Amino acid sequence: MVKLVIDDQEIEVEAGTSILKACEALKKEIPVFCYHPKLKVAGNCRMCLVEVDKSSKPIASCVTPVAEGMVVHTKTPMVDDARKGVLELLLINHPLDCPICDQGGECDLQDLTLNYGSGNSRYKFYKRAVSNKYMGPFIKTVMNRCIHCTRCVRFATEIAGVQEIGTHGRGEHTEIISYLDKAVSSELSGNMIDICPVGALTNKPYAFHGRPWELQHTDSIDVLDAVGSNIRIDVRDSEVLRILPRINEDINEEWISDKTRFAYDGLSCQRLDKPYIRKNGKLIACSWDEAFDAISKKIAKTNPSEIAALAGDLVDQESQLALRMLLDAMGVKNRDCRTDGAMIPYDHRSNYLFNSTIKNIENADVILLIGCNPRHEATMVNARLRKAVTQNNCTIGLIGEQVDLTYPYQFLNDDPSVLGEIAKGSHPFSKLLKSAKNPVLILGTSCFLNASSTSILYQTNELHKKFGAQVNVLHTAAGRVGGLDVGFVPVSDGKDFHQILESTITSDIKILYLLNVDIDTDFADAFVIYQGHHGDKGAHRADVILPGAAYTEKVATYVNMEGKSQQTNQALLPPVEMQKKIGKSSEPYLKR
Amino acid sequence: MLKQQDLIFSNLYGEESWSLKSAKLRGDWNGTKDFISKGQEWLIEQVKASGLRGRGGAGFSTGTKWSFMPKNSSKPHYLIVNADESEPGTCKDRDILRNEPHKLLEGTALASCAIGAHVAYIYIRGEYFREAEILQAAIDEAYDAGFFGKKSEKTIGWNLDVYLHRGAGAYICGEESALMESLEGKKGFPRLKPPFPAQSGLYNSPTTINNVESIAVVPAILRRSTSWFSSLGRPNNSGTKIFCISGHVNKPCNVEEEMGIPLRELIDKHAGGVRGGWDNLKAVIPGGSSVPLLPKSICDEVLMDFDSLATAQSGLGTAAVIVMDKSTDVIKAIARLSKFYMHESCGQCSPCREGTGWMWRMMERLVKGQAEITDIDLLQQVSKQIEGHTICAFGDAAAWPVQGLIRHFRHEIEARILKAVA
Repeated sequence: MVKLVIDDQEIEVEAGTSILKACEALKKEIPVFCYHPKLKVAGNCRMCLVEVDKSSKPIASCVTPVAEGMVVHTKTPMVDDARKGVLELLLINHPLDCPICDQGGECDLQDLTLNYGSGNSRYKFYKRAVSNKYMGPFIKTVMNRCIHCTRCVRFATEIAGVQEIGTHGRGEHTEIISYLDKAVSSELSGNMIDICPVGALTNKPYAFHGRPWELQHTDSIDVLDAVGSNIRIDVRDSEVLRILPRINEDINEEWISDKTRFAYDGLSCQRLDKPYIRKNGKLIACSWDEAFDAISKKIAKTNPSEIAALAGDLVDQESQLALRMLLDAMGVKNRDCRTDGAMIPYDHRSNYLFNSTIKNIENADVILLIGCNPRHEATMVNARLRKAVTQNNCTIGLIGEQVDLTYPYQFLNDDPSVLGEIAKGSHPFSKLLKSAKNPVLILGTSCFLNASSTSILYQTNELHKKFGAQVNVLHTAAGRVGGLDVGFVPVSDGKDFHQILESTITSDIKILYLLNVDIDTDFADAFVIYQGHHGDKGAHRADVILPGAAYTEKVATYVNMEGKSQQTNQALLPPVEMQKKIGKSSEPYLKR
Repeated sequence: MLKQQDLIFSNLYGEESWSLKSAKLRGDWNGTKDFISKGQEWLIEQVKASGLRGRGGAGFSTGTKWSFMPKNSSKPHYLIVNADESEPGTCKDRDILRNEPHKLLEGTALASCAIGAHVAYIYIRGEYFREAEILQAAIDEAYDAGFFGKKSEKTIGWNLDVYLHRGAGAYICGEESALMESLEGKKGFPRLKPPFPAQSGLYNSPTTINNVESIAVVPAILRRSTSWFSSLGRPNNSGTKIFCISGHVNKPCNVEEEMGIPLRELIDKHAGGVRGGWDNLKAVIPGGSSVPLLPKSICDEVLMDFDSLATAQSGLGTAAVIVMDKSTDVIKAIARLSKFYMHESCGQCSPCREGTGWMWRMMERLVKGQAEITDIDLLQQVSKQIEGHTICAFGDAAAWPVQGLIRHFRHEIEARILKAVA
């Protein structure tokens, strides 16, 4: 521990802490542009200068470690002048087009200029003009505004693992460019918009759509993968305008994937806004009563063993529980939530969870990926895996498709039978597992898809017993763990997902209740009830459609792959007809 | 004036061959093994005792720098010889490289031993093409003679490999940490300090980086004794130094002289005097483009060493003496330097990236007098906003010439503005 004095306040911090962090611990604000707690320190903006006794020059607080007996001043004329000077220099080539800049209102340069700047410019020459760069469909660039803090470059290199952005040129002619003017091929590219302290990189789909102060913010949870990233939904009127990450160090740190960030545009397309019923082969809008009538009449005529229900990827836990209780009441045993066909065992909770937890991946020293592509199945988990490689020197082995995961790994085989060799100890990777302090196995859902899944499970169990490796399932659907938790699975001799599909073809299943399930199957002549929010495949096939609310429109619980329960919040109202139904019970229609 | 027998670089002008055979006749590589056998501590102590201060510009004690290297480190140590001589006006290392390469190579061997490095890199300025050819040939000779490479353990008592690396033409790569970045194959951006090179330098390993001249004088110090070296010059500014005298003198030259020689004596004796006589002198930049210039009144008396020039609010820098007579448009001269610094700024830190261009544009206006008197103060303030606020000393180097101009020639700038208005 090191003792130092900051603005006459004594503080004790760990050796190696930067002056900036020590100042933050004392709640002293130090203005920064290039510094970002999750990125390597660049120390190039020179905004964080502070005065230190016995130093004739001001010192960059973000890079300088504290020293015993150091006396730091953050509010002296020297510091003020340094900050004012740096801001003036940053602004001489900045276009000051705040009125038409999407960053306006949430711009670090604006805020810091207001707080620390001088208020007028003494620069009388032409400003530098920089051509805009193409960085893909999500990132709009206005490079005149760039202050060359290199946060985006460091993010791309360190976190996203794609070396596709860099600085080009020298001195005044320095430019941030993407490699060969190509789109940034990262599934995390949207985060560069967030970390850009100015309006150089902005959100392309959101461009000129709104001002930050017009937006209503709702804290919520993402449901587009099983990670459960924490998000903030920004809404104006009845439209989601953008989605931003919220900090959750255990899950998504402060990043989100591009899917999470940009998928919201689908929320306003092809929505199911009223109940429909199929008459003479055509879906016709109807009232709730008509829809429920049709369903209850059909159910009354059908034996419970001929009824089945499936729950889809995006379904919250409450809905699955409600449908399960309804099915229980009706005596229906055929039900399944594993609608991607991955027959994940559900006898014990730890069998289907990501037991290591996402955060602890960082501490793993050997990881074996089996049948998964975390880069696209769970982007935020992939970012942690990359962190384990870059910061913890972790060795990663992969059994499965050989793909670019943004970090180096050992490709073992694309045939899972290699697992047997590893378990026996005859494979070189066994040695790594054996010497590892914190070995981790990650099973993708594809491991549970076909007949070899039993053998894969057996072998992973062997690896667990032999090397103490923690076994994790990398889920891909937000609703899955919640569904397994509430028991949305076949009861005793009830049919599972595959059997239900087969039985609809053989007409053994006469009524199929699809809770937000959109799979490419015809279901032969079964009576299909579809409950969901989008008019996708399931709705096209349905005989009765019950419209529902999307994740942005309800307060609902989702359990992420680690088994962590989180709640979404209602950011806006569901489509009009839907609202009439809220609070109305379906019970009278379903009494037998 | 330095006596003939006290010269270190006796072949500075290339009157004899640079080759190993010729160099050996001049005493190079003589008894190197004996010095190395006395051990690292002894080598460092000798260089410390000689009072040798780094010849690259900053003037930090070379022996002290060597002593910063960790004693028990699991990582390899590296020596880098900074031959990226790019400071305008400076060409001292060039003559060492092409005429006395074996002095440098022997010094490299001794310094490598002193800091525990088995690999040394010589980073040479890309434009020094012929010099690089000669240096490479000299390195090859040293390999053939067994001074470097596999046989070196036996021949000189220290296992050493020496590699020559050519730069690509960026001034900033002469800054030690930018040089290391460049050597690692990255863009030449100066690094943040701490960590200092002695803790974490090239490839994150302990590294010492020295100027060519600092390394090349080490064999002479050991051979002729530290007391001989420290007896030359003035206290704390000992030894000899190669001065590069250019500009408005009758015979521009490189010359090895004693530290602390009066500037006037240096110019008069070695460079044939100022063009048109001493009274025709207007100003001198005493240490390469980055130090503030000195008007004639100071040049009359000033001594050429670190401390004396620092007292005169300038610096010895690389000892590149740029002489300007009364025909010089001194504002234009400094404006040209400002353009150079704008062009060479690496663009990493905000103040230097943005400020050097601003300074140059203002200087261009002052050259024409198309400015207001208050612009002079503005220029001074902008230079102060850059100075000391950047990662490396480039920001200071860009600000100092302008500050020197305003300090000593403000009257001339004002006169030009008033004339332009009238």
